[in-house]
Amino acid sequence: MARVALKGVRKDFGQTKVIHGVDLEVADGELVVIVGPSGCGKSTLLRMVAGLETVSAGEIAIDGRVVNQLEPKDRDIAMVFQNYALYPHMSVYDNMAYGLRNRGMAKDEIDRRVREAAKILELAALLERKPRQLSGGQRQRVAMGRAIVREPKAFLFDEPLSNLDAKLRVQMRVEIKKLQRQLGVTSLYVTHDQVEAMTLADRLVVMHAGIAEQIGTPLDLYARPASTFVGGFIGSPAMNFLPGHAENGTVEIGHGVSFALPGQAARGDVTVGIRPEHMTLNHGAGMATLPLKVDLLEPLGAETLVYGKLPDGLEVTARVHGETQVAIGSTLPFSVEPRHVHLFDKASGKRLP
Amino acid sequence: MVEHRPLAKLVAHLILCLGVAVVAFPVYLTFIASTHQPADIVNGTMGLLPGSMGLTHYIDALFVGTKQIKSTPVLQMMANSLVMALVIAFGKIAISIISAYAVVFFRFPLRMFFFWMIFVTLMLPVEVRIYPTYKVVADLGMLNSYAGLTIPLIASATATLLFRQFFLTIPDELVEAAKIDGAGPMKFFRDVVLPLSRTNIAALFVILFIYGWNQYLWPLLVTTDASMDTIVYGIRRMIVTSDANTDWHIVMATVMLAMLPPVLVVIAMQKLFVKGLVETEK
Ligand SMILES: Nc1ncnc2c1ncn2[C@@H]1O[C@H](COP(=O)(O)OP(=O)(O)O)[C@@H](O)[C@H]1O
Ligand SMILES: [Mg+2]
Repeated sequence: MARVALKGVRKDFGQTKVIHGVDLEVADGELVVIVGPSGCGKSTLLRMVAGLETVSAGEIAIDGRVVNQLEPKDRDIAMVFQNYALYPHMSVYDNMAYGLRNRGMAKDEIDRRVREAAKILELAALLERKPRQLSGGQRQRVAMGRAIVREPKAFLFDEPLSNLDAKLRVQMRVEIKKLQRQLGVTSLYVTHDQVEAMTLADRLVVMHAGIAEQIGTPLDLYARPASTFVGGFIGSPAMNFLPGHAENGTVEIGHGVSFALPGQAARGDVTVGIRPEHMTLNHGAGMATLPLKVDLLEPLGAETLVYGKLPDGLEVTARVHGETQVAIGSTLPFSVEPRHVHLFDKASGKRLP
Repeated sequence: MVEHRPLAKLVAHLILCLGVAVVAFPVYLTFIASTHQPADIVNGTMGLLPGSMGLTHYIDALFVGTKQIKSTPVLQMMANSLVMALVIAFGKIAISIISAYAVVFFRFPLRMFFFWMIFVTLMLPVEVRIYPTYKVVADLGMLNSYAGLTIPLIASATATLLFRQFFLTIPDELVEAAKIDGAGPMKFFRDVVLPLSRTNIAALFVILFIYGWNQYLWPLLVTTDASMDTIVYGIRRMIVTSDANTDWHIVMATVMLAMLPPVLVVIAMQKLFVKGLVETEK
């Protein structure tokens, strides 16, 4: 168990710059999830921590020791890969024991650790099987077991659930979280799935094109996204963005609709962000109306997603209670509480306070 | 293809049976001849049924060889062939698996250059480079030795390429997992690459053993001493132009004996083949 610290970490592959300086502190026992769209550099960042890629600039420290020059095996980390990377010719037992044997650990200690991990992961009956005789979920657990038996300073997960079907993914997500709590091992977890990220994370790092756009707790990021990118990425369905103009504490979004935002000092062109779940049909005093012409409905039971257009043709999504009666083609007067209106600078996409 | 046309099936089977007969008949005839008196063979009166000699000619062949033209006992020739085939097969596998490992898993200067160098040697089989190779072997004093018989044939671009293709299918993550598990290059080779290559090695062994066993031209050049004769070349030495001076019954028995080891290797290794195919470890 240890802290993991990244300082100004950069990565170039020849001419291509992939990571443009990431600073991150993972506290002892914390589970930090790195989330972002495919190709934003999440895996590269994780692989640098593991020692599988060199660091172009900056510093990575595990437990206070700079590890930039250390081999993966000397960093005392364990990694779980997306395709599990189990040794196909070794039994489940040997897959878990291999790393320990290479460290010259005593046989009975290896045996104790493997059996204990197998018990935690419910693999005890499968120890003699080969990976190909296991289901996807079981293989995933063996990969976890291989990490656990090492009792490392940190776990690194690279999309460990991506190869599972949806139901198993949810189940394993819960198990991983429980296990991580139980063992209290500092963990870095990479995923492109924002739901997985939100549910697992103590803290989230949203990556975008090689930059850590925002770091914070899941609810922080949800409540106060630092940029339009984070606003759009965290939360499902995604946040609605409308062009607007701010002046004297009000934001005008065209055709006479304007919000009063007391205390808002922003001026000029802005992007207004409104989450679908904050579009409401209950009007409070002084709330502006957004007339939404309904194009499409997705009834999900507990809730219904309403897809529609504003008079100027902007597409907007709203989320209403499942029992709300909505007809396609009708125009509904939605509105938003001022505290749920996010303002972003139009040019930079950064949040306006 | 799922078809239920009995006639087509019958024709297909007939053609296959014909093919088998064409291949098997000469072998059968050889076996029959080896059980007859030498005179019956030469006169053409031996027929298609086993003769009266049973397996006595085999004993003669194994321990004495032909008598009219004095030859090395077949047992000795088979031992020579066995040494040659085994050294070539194991040597080729050892050298090519190591070079493929280097080319696939390591980054070193001129890596691709060396890969292409190996590749180009595909165009230079023994027959093409036979004179210079012979000269080198002769100058090194390796004529009439097992070293001279085998070493020049050991380098193998084909096997290197095969192993390279297989190694390329090993996922990067497996290499990385091993790195994290603290397996250095040697450990990774021994603990992961070798066991995963087991079926490839078995397949290559069969092919290379037969390749080594069937060598003719090279033994013909580098061995002059009869005690170094390999069986394939030795058969040629047993036969002279005049039928009367050739011990055909011994020759026939020797031919049967010469076919035996490759057949045994195929039968023995086939199990591993099939196991490897069914297991698909990857
Ligand atoms: N070995 C490499 N050489 C060159 N470019 C690479 C290499 N590995 C990754 N990249 C590039 O770095 C970027 C980030 O990759 P990666 O970290 O795998 O993204 P993610 O895991 O977020 O999907 C991608 O654009 C990818 O093409
Ligand atoms: Mg990735």
